[in-house]
Amino acid sequence: MTTQRTSGRRKQALAAAAVVAGLLTTAACGGSNDGGSKNGAAGFDAANKKVAQASLVKKGGTLKFGAAQDADSWDTTRGYYGFMWDFARYYSRQLVTNKAEPGKSGAQVTPDLATGLAKITDGGKTYTYTLRDGATWQDGKPITSKDVKYGIERVWAQDVLSGGPTYLKDVLDPDGKYQGPYKDKAADHLGLKAIDTPDDKTIVFHLPKANSDFEEMLSLVSASPVRQDKDTKSKYGLLPFSSGPYKFQSYNPGKDLTLVRNPQWKASSDPIRKAYPNQITIKFFSNANDLDQRLIAGDYDLDLNQTGLSPQGRTIALKQHKGNLDNPVSGYIRYAVFPQSVKPMDNIHCRNAVIYGADHVSIQTARGGPVAGGDIGTNMLPPSVPGSEGQSYDPYQIAGANKGGNVAKAKEELKACGKPNGFSTTIAVRNNKPVEVATAESLQASLKKIGVNVQIDQYDGSQTTGIIGSPSNVKKKGYGIIIMGWGADFPTVQGFGLPLWNSKYIVQSGNNNYALIKDKTIDGLFSDYVNAQDASKKAQIATQINHKVMEGGYYMPFTFERFINWRSNRLANVYTSDGYSGMYDFVNLGLKSTK
Amino acid sequence: MLAYLIRRLFAAAVMLAVIILVVFSIFFLVPKWAGVDIATSFVGKQADPAAVNAVREKLGLSDPIYSQVWEFFKGIFAGRTYAAGGDVTRCAAPCFGYSFRSEQAVWPVLTDRFPVTLALALGAAVLWLVFGVAAGVLSALKRGSLWDRSAMVVALGGVSLPIYFTGLLSLAIFSYGLKWIDAQYVPIGDSFTGWLGGMILPWITLAFLYAAMYARITRATMLEILGEDYIRTARAKGLREQTVIGKHAMRSTMTPILTMLGMDLGALIGGAILTETTFSLPGLGQKVLDSIKTQDLPFILGVTLITSVAVLIANLVVDILYAVIDPRVRLA
Amino acid sequence: MTELSKSGAAVGEPTASSPASTSFLEVRDLKVHFPTDDGLVKSVDGLSFQLERGKTLGIVGESGSGKSVTSLGIMGLHTAGQYGKRKAQISGEIWLDGTELLTADPDHVRKLRGREMAMIFQDPLSALHPYYTIGAQIVEAYRTHHDVDKKTARRRAIEMLDRVGIPQPDKRVDAYPHEFSGGMRQRAMIAMSLVNNPELLIADEPTTALDVTVQAQILDLIRDLQKEFGSAVIIITHDLGVVAELADDILVMYGGRCVERGPAEKVFYEPRHPYTWGLLGSMPRLDRDQQERLIPVKGSPPSLINVPSGCAFNPRCPYADLPKDNVTRTVRPDLTEIGDRHWAACHLTPEQRERIWTEEIAPKL
Repeated sequence: MTTQRTSGRRKQALAAAAVVAGLLTTAACGGSNDGGSKNGAAGFDAANKKVAQASLVKKGGTLKFGAAQDADSWDTTRGYYGFMWDFARYYSRQLVTNKAEPGKSGAQVTPDLATGLAKITDGGKTYTYTLRDGATWQDGKPITSKDVKYGIERVWAQDVLSGGPTYLKDVLDPDGKYQGPYKDKAADHLGLKAIDTPDDKTIVFHLPKANSDFEEMLSLVSASPVRQDKDTKSKYGLLPFSSGPYKFQSYNPGKDLTLVRNPQWKASSDPIRKAYPNQITIKFFSNANDLDQRLIAGDYDLDLNQTGLSPQGRTIALKQHKGNLDNPVSGYIRYAVFPQSVKPMDNIHCRNAVIYGADHVSIQTARGGPVAGGDIGTNMLPPSVPGSEGQSYDPYQIAGANKGGNVAKAKEELKACGKPNGFSTTIAVRNNKPVEVATAESLQASLKKIGVNVQIDQYDGSQTTGIIGSPSNVKKKGYGIIIMGWGADFPTVQGFGLPLWNSKYIVQSGNNNYALIKDKTIDGLFSDYVNAQDASKKAQIATQINHKVMEGGYYMPFTFERFINWRSNRLANVYTSDGYSGMYDFVNLGLKSTK
Repeated sequence: MLAYLIRRLFAAAVMLAVIILVVFSIFFLVPKWAGVDIATSFVGKQADPAAVNAVREKLGLSDPIYSQVWEFFKGIFAGRTYAAGGDVTRCAAPCFGYSFRSEQAVWPVLTDRFPVTLALALGAAVLWLVFGVAAGVLSALKRGSLWDRSAMVVALGGVSLPIYFTGLLSLAIFSYGLKWIDAQYVPIGDSFTGWLGGMILPWITLAFLYAAMYARITRATMLEILGEDYIRTARAKGLREQTVIGKHAMRSTMTPILTMLGMDLGALIGGAILTETTFSLPGLGQKVLDSIKTQDLPFILGVTLITSVAVLIANLVVDILYAVIDPRVRLA
Repeated sequence: MTELSKSGAAVGEPTASSPASTSFLEVRDLKVHFPTDDGLVKSVDGLSFQLERGKTLGIVGESGSGKSVTSLGIMGLHTAGQYGKRKAQISGEIWLDGTELLTADPDHVRKLRGREMAMIFQDPLSALHPYYTIGAQIVEAYRTHHDVDKKTARRRAIEMLDRVGIPQPDKRVDAYPHEFSGGMRQRAMIAMSLVNNPELLIADEPTTALDVTVQAQILDLIRDLQKEFGSAVIIITHDLGVVAELADDILVMYGGRCVERGPAEKVFYEPRHPYTWGLLGSMPRLDRDQQERLIPVKGSPPSLINVPSGCAFNPRCPYADLPKDNVTRTVRPDLTEIGDRHWAACHLTPEQRERIWTEEIAPKL
């Protein structure tokens, strides 16, 4: 069966891990907290939204990543994990990409292969780029506009190259007329009408409908060029052909990956990438605690996955190596969502009752507290997205007056809902993340105080799409509350909220609009958004959408998530970027010593 | 003997086919009953139905089970050709298919990881046999003594403590704490001492569990054997006590131990999942756990097949060894 | 000879007052006690006898009478297999060819085992190691005491198998015990026991596990071999019939003690203990009808932890009330000589016993 309750075995495992954690804390040798020294750690949060130790960087050496999870795919078309997008810049280039700068500006788009940002004409429906001179593939051949087009066309081949984001396909060919390059009858397999390549240096995109985020979409690694004669199709992710400063030397999925310098890459052709280390390695661990211990021991420089240290490692690191930690906001919002198909969640007052009744501080604590868990979430737009007001927009006073739960207000809402004595419902939570289960249990406890009895149903986390992504299943199981989290694919309201809040995205399988929001105003705002060319106008619409969503009472945000990420003493030129959800910008990391 | 062997091998082949069928059934039928669609988990966040269908098509999930099983077997002996969406790949025999996730060919990964698991299992087996059997024999000979009692308490601990506990503990003490051993796996080709360093804690952890079981079995068996008439006969012949124990009693004691050893080794060769995961050893167990988590059927099937073959071979070897040790079995 | 006084010898130590034996085998006041959670099991409680070369002693008694423990005691195997359990307590003296075994160096006794004294066990199937060939086991027995190569030992093994009447010994030498029939197995066992020409052979119920027809063959074999090798033989059995033709002397044991001892013809034809009468009554005889001939001794053997006071046999003895003053239940009868080399331990007067035997018992047998 795919759903299950917490098993005794897991409890046993957790207990064992706790005992070992205690031993580790006492066994680990004391490290000094020498914030900011030349050879030591840069200091707590020193690389969060600012560059740490940029001047100490030396060219050369081996940058060592450790990871508990391999990428979904290293194929630029297929990867969807945030860390993969971040890492892919080592071996792939795009027309435009995120600025290699800390914090908010890291989320801005800047030219990469292109000589400048797009020339936008035809009312936002035509984007024209010119390619830079000197950009080459790993075999020395120049990167042409046709390579870019072919790379983008691969997104259409979802039957072979499933897994990656499909924004480009949805925007350039919303009716799905093109069959993808593998079924393309044209001799050059470049039959996609929406992209023109008048010469090797020029590429023109024709959008059927304007979309103000199109350039953001082109900055995704799924818009990377791919050389047709090097395309190994479904096997491409095992050995991608490099257009960046590094190329694959070896890759054993789940074991290790080594990148070495691409000698054909010229720094003069690349305004973004500094390419400091000579070699970049990833070693994959199956035991996350082991990885944390080795990071702390200095065997590895940073965690590829960038999802924070596990609880044991965190405890030790915070105590003894605080200077090696950064505490960035991840770009993820953790929240509960109320499917309107499940009674009584069809009634806004019952939804509001849950929001008011919940003890938001307890939930934050269950998620790891303000440092490891994150700030209390007050609305549904991540702080890194333009238009966000952060905690200052708090319509339910979640981080204010009602942060401990407002029983009186909740009872009022229950009365308005016609359920003065409360009601019963089920929380759906995935079973593979202990923190999610802890959140559900915390919520369950606080809702009991307002007479709302919830049962927790833990489902198989690998089956998320099939279980909560199926509205009919949600209704059948009576999931009145679903615990989830969401991060932006690109930092705009469209990149974050379109699939969550737009009525068009309610589908029978793989649904992400769990609340089943069908609000003409919200749909209309999204239409306005894609046509708005002006950045401040876009931000303004984003703010409006966020307000509409919150006013509908569809969501109860838990936290603006934070991570505690490890940075080794060897690292230089380290900074977190909003363009990668608060992860370090991998591509420009350097080492202080080349040994 | 030859007819016997042929019969055994035939039975083993049938057994394997049944195992494959069962794995296929679990993989395809259980999600169906639970109302879950595997293909959706292979599509990105925006799972549009056309893409899901295409993935289902590509992975062959829409074919009836029997034809999938048939294709799978055909692939092993004759190779097979994968064609989906204009991507045509010839997979030469022995073809165990390609990972649903990483698109790696399964067979080379299995052959790459197998030696790690084999080294883990064999190394640990040597340790647990030496220490487990020795402790068991000593306990039997000194029954009721302080040694016996403490050995059996330790053995009880070894049997009941889970590997993830003893494994993490040994890492915490010897690798992170005292820093005696750098417990990271290094291929034997890169550095022998590095390899040894990476293997020693997994060996000890695994051996501790099994040594405990073997000590208990050895002790019980030895005590039973020591009460046998033929042991009294051996003494009546004037044999030295060490000959009586070491030769006459040991040979009989080894029979059940060998049976256990065969089964345990067979099962471990399919992957010591917990040990490999705890120590990040790139063996079959680590792979199969990962594959189960990500629903990577071709790998699950591949490892299952290796495990089954290993268990069946182990069974066969045990039977033959049994016949070597116990002449009475040879008649049957 | 009279029984030694109970306060005589210290445990296990021959004292100055106990001179070296001149007999080939002499057992003096042997006691083998096993401490258990329920109490002290007095399996053998003061047993004495002698045996000369070329002679056969039959030790007869029910199971639990202490006869097997006696034989294991002589072999020095009474504690074997007792790992960790509380050790057996043994006292008295066992003289073999001028050596006292209980005080001798254990390794010296080990060397005597198999060479000077050998043993045949009741069930040859369980007494032979199932995983080794007959030949290997005989070779091992031989080479333990003779420094010869394997070939020589193997020839010796074949020779012995031939001697005990196993056909095709050069082939059968490589067979495993389970490939032999019961009788053949016991022959092989005998061959193994005799491979070193032991001077003392102890046969513990050598025929009990065998067919009736095979029993006679085995007994004949033992007798023939004894003549040939000139060994002293102790045959231990619960069946007087087994020793009837074989034994020179017979020792009847009851509750860990000797109740009657004497030359075979005396014990058979002039038995002077009610228990011996019972044994004779339960002895199968070919010249009697089925119903008449089996008169088992009524009741069950005594507990060896709480041996009945007085005469241990008194609860089962039909004549226990004949002696005066309830003496059978209060005083343990001494083993007294009642004729030439004939001893019995009974409170009945010699006259009473003679009368009962001739008038009541003998006619029924």
